[in-house]
Amino acid sequence: MNRPVVRLDNVTRSYGETTALAGVSLTFHRGELAAIVGPSGSGKSTMLNLIGTLDRPTSGTVEIDGHDIATLGDQELSALRAMTIGFVFQQFHLAAGLSALDNVAEGLLYTGTPLAERRRAARSALERVDLARRIYHRPNELSGGERQRVAIARALVGSPRLLLADEPTGALDSRSGDTVMALLRALHADGTTVVIITHDREVAASLPRQVQVRDGRIVHDSSRDRVPAC
Amino acid sequence: MLKTGRMSPRDVLRTGASGLRTRPLRVFLSALGIAIGIAAMIGVVGISTSSHAELQRTLDRLGTNLLTAAPGQTFTGAEAKLPKSTVDMVRRIGPVESAASTGDVDGYVYRNDRIPPAETGSINVKAADLGLLATTGTQLARGSWLNKATARYPAVVLGTGAADRLGIGSIESDTRVWLGGTWFTLVGILDKSALAPELDDSALVGWGAAERILGFDGHPTKIYTRTVESAVEEVRDVLAATANPQAPTEVKVSRPSDALAAKNATDKAFTGLMLGLGAVALLVGGVGVANTMVISVLERRAEIGLRRSLGARRNQIRTQFLVESQLLAGLGGIGGVLLGIAVTAAYALSQGWPVSVPVWAIAGGFGATLSIGALAGLYPAVRASQLPPTEALGAA
Repeated sequence: MNRPVVRLDNVTRSYGETTALAGVSLTFHRGELAAIVGPSGSGKSTMLNLIGTLDRPTSGTVEIDGHDIATLGDQELSALRAMTIGFVFQQFHLAAGLSALDNVAEGLLYTGTPLAERRRAARSALERVDLARRIYHRPNELSGGERQRVAIARALVGSPRLLLADEPTGALDSRSGDTVMALLRALHADGTTVVIITHDREVAASLPRQVQVRDGRIVHDSSRDRVPAC
Repeated sequence: MLKTGRMSPRDVLRTGASGLRTRPLRVFLSALGIAIGIAAMIGVVGISTSSHAELQRTLDRLGTNLLTAAPGQTFTGAEAKLPKSTVDMVRRIGPVESAASTGDVDGYVYRNDRIPPAETGSINVKAADLGLLATTGTQLARGSWLNKATARYPAVVLGTGAADRLGIGSIESDTRVWLGGTWFTLVGILDKSALAPELDDSALVGWGAAERILGFDGHPTKIYTRTVESAVEEVRDVLAATANPQAPTEVKVSRPSDALAAKNATDKAFTGLMLGLGAVALLVGGVGVANTMVISVLERRAEIGLRRSLGARRNQIRTQFLVESQLLAGLGGIGGVLLGIAVTAAYALSQGWPVSVPVWAIAGGFGATLSIGALAGLYPAVRASQLPPTEALGAA
C-alpha cells in the first residue's frame, strides 16, 4: 500500500551561483506526519516549493503522487496542485473581502466544481476545523488561530493526498499554535499525509518523523535511524 | 487524468470582480476616467444629432421650397434694380404657388419725433406686398398684418427685433412711431422669421403708402416665391431670367433653407473637433485603467501566488485580470453612456430641441470601453500570469 506520495531523488536547486538544495533524496509515504526542520536559509523553503510543485529542480527527479513533475506542463501541474496538494501558509493568505465560508470554497475554485457544491464542501471542512459557528465571519473578525484554521480548512476542502504546512504556527501565540498542531495531528489520524516545514525544534520534536536540513543538505532523518532507543 | 474541469462563466466573472470589491474608491476613480471620455463623445454626438433633428423639424415646418431673388450688381459695379413688374412675371412661372416682394425705402423709424436722427437703431424701412407673410411663412406675434386699406395709409408692422429696439412690447390703439418724418400707426408685430431673418430688423409699410408718403421708387429689392416642392430646382434655374429678362446676371437667387442646412454643416466640423477631444479623454481614461491594473498586479502578488497554489493555471490568472480590467472599463462605459445621455437631454431640453442619441453611438461607446479594457488589461494580465508562484508567495 505504501506508494510514496513524495519522492525526491538527488534533487538540486540552484539560483545562479548559490545552491539552495544540493542532491537531496527524500521519500514521504502515504499517511506520514513529518517535519522538515532547519534554520532560515537552510533550504527548507526551497524543499517546500519543490514538493508543492511551485518550482522545478535544477537537476534530479521530483515525483508527487507518482507523477514526475518534469514531464508535466502548466495545465497538469496546476491540476496536480488543485487536486492532490493542500497548502497552509504562515501568513494565512485569506481574502479580506470574503467570509470564512467563501475563503474555504475558493480552495475548490480551480477544480471546476460548481459554486453551490463548493460551499457545501466548505461548510463541512469548516466543521472539521471546529469553526462551524464562524462561517460568515470575515478574516478581520477572526483571531489569528481561527484564521489559520480557516486556511487549513481551505487546504483540506479538496481532500488532498498531501497537506503542506509552511510554518503554520509561526504567526500564532503558543496556545493558538497548540490548537493548530492538534488539528494537523487529527487530520493525519484521518489518513492525510501531512508535511510541516518549521524552524521550531519543539514543534518538530512533537512529530513522528523529523527531517533536519542545513546548508541545502539533509543532515538527519529520524526515519533512517529507527534503531530502538537504548 | 491530471485535468481539472473548466470554470463556469459565472465563476470567471466572480473571480474577475473579486479584485474590484475590495477597492471601491480606486475602482470609482479609474472608471470615472473612462466615463468622462465616453460621456464627452456621447454628449457631442447626441447634441449634434439633436440639433440636426431640430433643424429637420424646422425645415419640415417651414418647407424647403422658398426661393428668393434680389438685385445684385451691374457689370460696372453699380447696384442693379429689378423691374417693377418682377413679381407679376415670377407668378407666371408654372410651378410657382405664390410670390411676394419687399422694396427698400429711404428713411428711418424712431420711437417718437424727439429721438436724435442719428439713433436709427439699424432698422430698415421696407415696402411690403400683402402676400409677404404667407409666402415667407412668418407669423404675427401681435396685432394684425397690413390689408388693402392700411397699405395705402401710414400704418406699419414691425419685425420682432425692430420692435425690441424701439422698446415696444404691446400695441395700443394709439401706438405710433415716427417714420420718415411722419407719424405711422403701429398695427402689428411679427414673430421671428426663420426663412426671412431680414424681416426681423425691418419696419414694413404698405406699397402704396411707401410710394405716396415716403417717395419710394416702386422697384422691389427682394422677391420671395413658393414653388411646388418637386420643381424647386427648375424654378431656380429660370428665376433670374424671369425676374429681370434684360439682365439675368444681375439677379442673385438663393434658397434660404440651404443657409440653415449650411449652418448645420459648419457645426459638423466643430462636432468632429469635440469628438476628437472626447477620444483623447477616453484614451487618458484607458491609460488610467492600465495604470490601476499594473499597480493592482504588483500589490496582489501574494493573491496570485495563493491562486497558483490552489491550482490556477497561468491562463486562468491572465483571464482573471483581463476580466477585471474589462469590468472596470465596462463600469466606466455604462456610467459614461448614462452621463452622456443625461448631458444631451439636459442641453437639448434647455434649447427646446427633441432629444436624440443614436443607438450606434451608445453601442460604439460601450464597445470602445470593452476594447480599451482588454488593451489596458493585456500587459498587466500577462505579467500576472507569468509571475513564478514562489516569487509571488515570497513577496508577502
